[in-house]
Amino acid sequence: MSKLALRNVARLYGTVEAVADFSLELAPGEFVSLLGPSGCGKTTTLRMIAGFVPPSAGTIEMEGRQISSPSSVVPPEKRRMSMIFQSYAIWPNMTVGENVGFGLQVRKLSRAEIDRRVDAILDVVQMRNLKGRYPAELSGGQQQRVALARAIVVEPEVLLLDEPLSNLDANLREEMRFEIRRLHDAFKITTVYVTHDQSEAMVTSDRIVVMNKGRIEQIDAPHKLYARPRSRFVAGFIGRTNFLEGTKQGSDVRFDGFSAAAGQLEGGDGAGGLLYSLRPQAIGLSGQKPNGSSVAVEAEITGRSYLGEYWDYQVRPLAGTKPVRVSTSPSAVFEVGSRVWLEIDPAAMVRVE
Amino acid sequence: MTVAALPAAAARPPRLSFDATWLLWAAIIAVLVFLVVSPFIYLVITSFTAERTGGFTFANYATAYGRSRYVDALLNSLKLGGTAALLAGIFAVPLAWAVARTDMPGRGLTRMLVLATFITPPYTGAVAWILLAGPNAGWLNRLFTLLTGAEAGPFNIYSFSGLAIVIALYSFPYVFIFTTAALELVSSEMEDAANILGAGPWRTMWRVTLPLALPAILGGLIICFLEAIALFGSPAMIAIPARFNVVTTQLFQFFGNPVRVEVAAAYAMPLLGVTILLILIQQLMTRRKGFVALTGKGGERRPILLGKWRWAMFGYAMFVASLAVFLPYLFLLQAAFAKAWGRGFGLDNLSLRNFHFVLFEHGTAAKSVLNSFLYAGVSATAAVILTLCVAYIVVRRVVPFGGVLGFLCVAPFVIPGVVLAIGFYAAYAPPPLALYGTALILILAFTTRFLPIGYVNASAALRSLNPEMEEAVRVLGGSRLTALRRVVAPLLKRSLLGAWLLIFIPATRELSAAIFLYGPNTKVASVMIFDMSEEGNLEYLAALALILQVLTLPLLWIGQKALGRDFMLRRSAT
Repeated sequence: MSKLALRNVARLYGTVEAVADFSLELAPGEFVSLLGPSGCGKTTTLRMIAGFVPPSAGTIEMEGRQISSPSSVVPPEKRRMSMIFQSYAIWPNMTVGENVGFGLQVRKLSRAEIDRRVDAILDVVQMRNLKGRYPAELSGGQQQRVALARAIVVEPEVLLLDEPLSNLDANLREEMRFEIRRLHDAFKITTVYVTHDQSEAMVTSDRIVVMNKGRIEQIDAPHKLYARPRSRFVAGFIGRTNFLEGTKQGSDVRFDGFSAAAGQLEGGDGAGGLLYSLRPQAIGLSGQKPNGSSVAVEAEITGRSYLGEYWDYQVRPLAGTKPVRVSTSPSAVFEVGSRVWLEIDPAAMVRVE
Repeated sequence: MTVAALPAAAARPPRLSFDATWLLWAAIIAVLVFLVVSPFIYLVITSFTAERTGGFTFANYATAYGRSRYVDALLNSLKLGGTAALLAGIFAVPLAWAVARTDMPGRGLTRMLVLATFITPPYTGAVAWILLAGPNAGWLNRLFTLLTGAEAGPFNIYSFSGLAIVIALYSFPYVFIFTTAALELVSSEMEDAANILGAGPWRTMWRVTLPLALPAILGGLIICFLEAIALFGSPAMIAIPARFNVVTTQLFQFFGNPVRVEVAAAYAMPLLGVTILLILIQQLMTRRKGFVALTGKGGERRPILLGKWRWAMFGYAMFVASLAVFLPYLFLLQAAFAKAWGRGFGLDNLSLRNFHFVLFEHGTAAKSVLNSFLYAGVSATAAVILTLCVAYIVVRRVVPFGGVLGFLCVAPFVIPGVVLAIGFYAAYAPPPLALYGTALILILAFTTRFLPIGYVNASAALRSLNPEMEEAVRVLGGSRLTALRRVVAPLLKRSLLGAWLLIFIPATRELSAAIFLYGPNTKVASVMIFDMSEEGNLEYLAALALILQVLTLPLLWIGQKALGRDFMLRRSAT
């Protein structure tokens, strides 16, 4: 049985559809991210799971038991979940220890038991020595750890995180990503994580739900989302890509400056518009004509940027009008204006809608 | 345990059902209707009710505006308001600019003296100025004759201009508060931008700084105007001996024997109308988009260097302070410790007799002080609790249409104290409630009068509290009540104490409403002081007024400790 299930959930604000027809099932212990640009409905979805917002349609179930529907909502305090907020919401009037122990106190555990568990979790997040401090005396990263400890110590059925890293600086954010995943691996708590940062989602998640304008675009494991995006939105939102538009010509599909056999292309024989996503990393670039099964296209370098970890070239096929972007290793140096060969593997081209 | 084991009853319908939050909403709206709506409605109804028969009539309006001296009193009020506001602007704007934006010496001192002015009840100031500028015996006149050898001094407080000056001296802090608040939001960068384009400091002030603060200044002047036309104490002490009337003193006469509340209600309408209109204008002006109020951030502020004008500016500040604080308090002290105030500062004239008399011998004076503090304490507590509930409901959107509750809480702001009192009298003096002369009617009137201060402060405090603080409690298993008790209340402690003091302090000296509603056993200190002024007991009066001021000081100290030194001089305080 799934731990948490959302079935055709929708939320209207007036006539605005914040979330529409959202369905998702989480296995016990699974870590799922809701990823999308701001205003895509991911936070509303999270708040519906938490019980702060009732759905306008659809139901939410936990272990088969309905907890949200348009007509009845189990209040947040009865859901045995916990949540980490964007602002951390660390209570400034309580010490670190009191913050972390609060949920246990509400659960009416004994004083000694509360102390034991608070100390244990503070050890896990390396905050034991700051137990008696007030939040105002903590740095952003430390507050974040308190929020994590406070949420985990109650051993929630489901852990919800609402853009928890957006207020941290870049280095700390990267560190905390791994921290969150480490805690998940240690405690195996079913987790829903909301973020607009694709690398955060990719580092932490088992599966990612990409959302746009209140709707689900695609649900998949991180590597599949990157390798096999199903929509133009997903291909553009996760990583950089080239969009190539093709037209059918006999048994070939003609693109701007080259063509490929329809049989080799994903969905190349299908009907409708033929739009393909091709990652800059998936295109080969060389000085001589390559030999192999890939399509070789003679082209010219029209622009380049050096980004340390890779070269970002703009390369225009001689027979084409628009350049494509190609990433190469830092050692592959070509001057602007020089003739090169593009090596395009039709299998790497992903048809998107 | 998992959610599956939770009782089914835990699921609750989210909205549009009859549950606890709706009960709360209904209870609060009932209280607010009782406090705000019903006195207002009774005021209007009463103004159309015939005195004896109780039928519908326009006769009250005919009576109220039928005599030229009644109409003159109305015009006098408008003239008085305009003059007092103008004078207050002359006192306050240079001071505010100097304190907020320049390197004038003694800026902290100036702020403190403005605060001292602000906590001086206008009627106490009026009494002090009777001591200072009474014809013949007034100290300024005596000084003048001493210096020039003239027969009589030129000062006469018992005149229109005397009254206007006294009112302006004790209402200019409003303009000061509004203006400093606005000027403190003008960033130096805006002025730098003018400088770099070639404007000198004076041109910058006239073209950039002052225009940016202008809506706030006008807003402050409007508040002064309204304060002046709604004031009862000072006009009653000064205008009546000077043989002219203003709206409030005329209303008081309608309340004389026999009480003609119907005519008074009709006569109060223009005062109410003008107030509502001007408050609307003031709100429109200070809320216009794109003005300073919206650009809180925007870089540091450097003081403008005044050079040799620093001391001239300081001199002006001390001049205003002399008129409002130094001279009045000097002579109040003299009178309070004198056997007879006219006999001057000699040691043989020193005595503690006045304090002894007021505290221990006088039949009701000591009790009136106790009454003031008791009623003010109960009112402030009630107003803070009520407005906190309303602010929570409105800010957290607990129920739909919460905004109505918020509106009712701020509505009394447009009702002058005298008008409110007449409304309360009309609504609750007659049976079945028959509250006239009880402590309750004073407490209710004070509570209503100061609801706006409570609401503005409570909602500002709540808005500064991230709702995620409460959501974190609930998601960890705490109820809404737990969140209120464990998180909201501790975090708002200071702000609520501040709001309580901001209500309590003015409530201890409230006169405009109290004068219409007190009974023999519920006399408050302000009414006592007013009575003594009518009897001419200026020494006793000075002693009582000083006792009231001294009792306020610890409260002020607490407020400053909890909320910072300028807690009474912020925009939310008025």
